Amino acid sequence: MAGRVIRISERNGRFSERVKALSGEEIDLCFQCGGCSSACPMTSQMDLLPSKVMRLVQLGEEAVLKSRTPWICSTCFNCAARCPRGIDIANVMEALRQMLLRSKFDHLKLETVGREELREIPPIALISSLRKFTS
Amino acid sequence: MGEERSTVTIYVMGKAYEVPASLTIMKAMEYIGYRFVRGAGCRAGFCGACATLYRKKGSYKLEAALACQKVVEDGMYIATIPFAPAEKRTYDINKLRPTPNVLLEYYPEIARCLSCNTCTKACPQDLQVMDYVQAAIRGDIEEVARLSFDCLSCGLCAMRCPAEIVPYNVAQLARRLYAKYLAKTSEHLMRRLKEIEEGKFDEELKRLKGLSREELKELYDKREIRV
Amino acid sequence: MRFAYYPGCTLKTTARNYEDSALASARALGMELLELPRWNCCGTVHALAKDDVMHYLAPIRVLVRVEDMNREGILEGNYRLVTLCAMCYNTLKRANGVVKEDPDRMRKLHDIMEREQPYEGKVEVLHLLELLREMGFEKVAERVERPLRGLRVAPYYGCLLLRPRGFGIDNPDSPRVMEDLIRALGGEVVEFPYRARCCGSYHTVERKDIVAEAAYKILSQAREMGAEIVALACPLCSFNLSERQDEVEREFPGFRKIPVVYFTQLMALAFGLGEDVCGLDQNHVDPRPLLRSKSLI
Repeated sequence: MAGRVIRISERNGRFSERVKALSGEEIDLCFQCGGCSSACPMTSQMDLLPSKVMRLVQLGEEAVLKSRTPWICSTCFNCAARCPRGIDIANVMEALRQMLLRSKFDHLKLETVGREELREIPPIALISSLRKFTS
Repeated sequence: MGEERSTVTIYVMGKAYEVPASLTIMKAMEYIGYRFVRGAGCRAGFCGACATLYRKKGSYKLEAALACQKVVEDGMYIATIPFAPAEKRTYDINKLRPTPNVLLEYYPEIARCLSCNTCTKACPQDLQVMDYVQAAIRGDIEEVARLSFDCLSCGLCAMRCPAEIVPYNVAQLARRLYAKYLAKTSEHLMRRLKEIEEGKFDEELKRLKGLSREELKELYDKREIRV
Repeated sequence: MRFAYYPGCTLKTTARNYEDSALASARALGMELLELPRWNCCGTVHALAKDDVMHYLAPIRVLVRVEDMNREGILEGNYRLVTLCAMCYNTLKRANGVVKEDPDRMRKLHDIMEREQPYEGKVEVLHLLELLREMGFEKVAERVERPLRGLRVAPYYGCLLLRPRGFGIDNPDSPRVMEDLIRALGGEVVEFPYRARCCGSYHTVERKDIVAEAAYKILSQAREMGAEIVALACPLCSFNLSERQDEVEREFPGFRKIPVVYFTQLMALAFGLGEDVCGLDQNHVDPRPLLRSKSLI
């Protein structure tokens, strides 16, 4: 999405407001210091850095919902611990996941997890992944 | 309050009918002309075939019952659930073991339980369904078997579960595992079976078989009754 | 002293050694942990969405049980709930914090839980490590019969014992509670920067590769800093950092496996409660050869 012109419209505004409401975070406080991105242990797997996700949410760019980043986030709260503006970015990631999960979308297809795997993984792993990745 | 009405109004598929107040939902539906080809079985509250959902006029509550057991009430909106679309996993009970993860292995969706308790509220047998689903998650097969013992597999819990769990199939697997691997074997039964096989009673049986009707009668009358 | 105790699902299945060693160690210190008579899964992850109500039902029901124990006289005016699993601790503590401050959410929950006992908001959620710190590590040290002499232990916190700020058991930037405990047990502490780095958490179901990479980084750093064994407090961290070492070994040639144990297993060991109580045979990477080489078992 780098270098693209983003048109700020009413629709963009509504998207930002929805993320703010779901996450409860003051998204506009972010001034792009990048602290969250440097604190995040999962960036090697992400297509967008957490700070970039924040910027796109500020701009109301809905395409951010197509990003892999919220699904790679493991909710470790490192970003939140580092944010100088007091934003809990993990809450923003959750809001983005929820927006998709609440529209009949499942990130994890349980039927693709094999019996062998289910035999060994502890309940805590299954419960948490289903809570995070299914609607 | 006037005298008790002898008929009540019920709604089946949205249409109002006057039916005798003493009838069960099933009898009332037959009274108004429905014929049950599916969704009826023992008519005695044991087979679980006649799961039914209803709401009463003026109430937000969606209630659940067995049509053959629940007596009609005035203002009931009734929908029968003759079949619950429910996935039942295939397994060979002889090859399974009662390990802590086995219920999660075959029914991993139990991990989605929200503890909302809707299943318990829907159960016409008044079982603690949520508690047994929770016991299933933590691998307590014995507890699942104990709490679900009176389950009829009517399917109402599965139809109401927001996590899309099919509790009664999970419970059935647990009871099978319990019966096969965990329940105490009754030693006195095994002892007696062994005695029979070894022929302990052969001679006596042979003697009884040789007796006349009159002799048997006399023996029966004179039998010793131990209290 | 008696406390209400919440085990959580995994301590009853794949982490029996955590529960067994914890209960025995607590008993050795004069604490009786009474399992809630009836409990459900806490949900494992705190519901972060601001409008969420449904996912609060599970933790709130657990908190109601603690109040039940007091109503029924099993406990007398003791509303502290002790947890062991880091995820249960976090989920219960955060849900408790939210509903106490948000009467609207509490009312919605009670609407769903109609005809059931409402939550009065009296419960305090604790982790066993907090209770040990409160008791004083010098007391713990007094109870030690077989000090973990010469054992170089790297305490690993992971995420949810420390973060988010305000909901952890210690300072998220420089935690010391597990370090203090290990010193009290006579062990040598190996501090390493990745002690609060995420193990990959729930990705272990669909992205083993992410977990293997996280485990590789964490464990090889602990090893480089001189650790012989890792101690932790979460059954999911434990699974990711021990069972997943099989994947790490496959994907990262040259990786040397390292035993991972629960802090309570080290306590039980140092208290001389016996190998059975410690359940060391249940750890995926067997810690016994190392412990034998140090004459600790």
